[in-house]
Amino acid sequence: MSNKGDQPTMERRNFIGGTIAAAGAVTLAPGVILQAVAANKAETEAASSENRWGMVIDTNKCADGCTACVDACSDEHGLEGHGRPQTDAVWIRTVKLKDTQTGHISRLPLMCQHCEHPPCVDVCPTTASFKRADGLVLVDRHRCIGCRYCMMACPYKARSFVHEVITDQSVNAPRGKGCVESCTLCVHRIDAGVMQTACQEACTKEGHGAILFGDLKDPNSEISQALKKYDSTQIRADLELNTGVRYFNL
Amino acid sequence: MRSLLISNRYFLILLAGMLFPALQAHAESAHVTKGSKAASMDSCVAPTELMRRNHMDFLKHERDETVREGVRGVPYSLSECIDCHAGTDETGKSVPVDAEGQFCQACHGYVAVSPPCFQCHRTTPSKQEHRYGYHTTETPSAIPHESQPAGIQRD
Repeated sequence: MSNKGDQPTMERRNFIGGTIAAAGAVTLAPGVILQAVAANKAETEAASSENRWGMVIDTNKCADGCTACVDACSDEHGLEGHGRPQTDAVWIRTVKLKDTQTGHISRLPLMCQHCEHPPCVDVCPTTASFKRADGLVLVDRHRCIGCRYCMMACPYKARSFVHEVITDQSVNAPRGKGCVESCTLCVHRIDAGVMQTACQEACTKEGHGAILFGDLKDPNSEISQALKKYDSTQIRADLELNTGVRYFNL
Repeated sequence: MRSLLISNRYFLILLAGMLFPALQAHAESAHVTKGSKAASMDSCVAPTELMRRNHMDFLKHERDETVREGVRGVPYSLSECIDCHAGTDETGKSVPVDAEGQFCQACHGYVAVSPPCFQCHRTTPSKQEHRYGYHTTETPSAIPHESQPAGIQRD
């Protein structure tokens, strides 16, 4: 019933969290009962720390030459390139890793890993880069001054800077010149109660089913069950960031 | 002759005095753009007077709640402002709200304020198929405003 070693260096918090989760409903005082929050939040509710949204990606299922997740992400958030790969915004990209000893090639989609201890948040001078209560690491463009410290701090190269004026943005993702941005785990969908990201939807539609999204804090969720059953990897686990995105067969 | 000049001057001042509020009223009455959904409605999500005075505060307050805490479906949503207030041209195409003479620009130009909203937010109603976290109610729900004074409240 523990939260899958949510954080390697905070045993006490883990213990308390686990105890509360195990109790389900906690009696604070006679007649006052704290109930566990339902998984899908209502639109008008604030994000809750009862959830932690995460993702697990099976690299064996990620097909060579397929860019369905990348295309779906661009479509969903209105990301349009200018044919300049070095500066165009990329929220999710496919990465190939080759084991030089065996010649085995792994493919995986890489995006913001939604760390529990995000370095991008640590370095942000304006608190524009922040971690929401439910574990999403986001950029508040109202505060971003475009200093790009977070881009330097991110070990996953997950963030992009918008270099050019943008018009006709998607309502799902207002974005503009001079701000840093990255994967939001489709926060607009989560807030609307749709528990499926655009990339997962596309991957499933393609028939690969390599991406699984869900609540890491709900022990009964599909993702929690999968992570419990199979060994998974965090990229750069040595940094102890406790990523919300994990990988199978990597 | 002199009395005529004086009376003329007074008349002109009187005329200017009468014209100024009329001109101001005209500038402000250009707020609802022809061909927009708002033109067909009685009032906005709150009484017009209140919206004119306080819309920036409503938006600013709720933007933080929405972005940082994830509270959606709020009564004052910028994307819904755009949906309702964007006008259309002769061909039926939406005109950006920050274009010359359009809803947002008309007033902000008049008071020499440049709102930075549209550096990031879109200026025409979205036709995107997949859009989430959005009010789709036809008529705005009544919001109690009696407790809020009609004036800019800053602390």
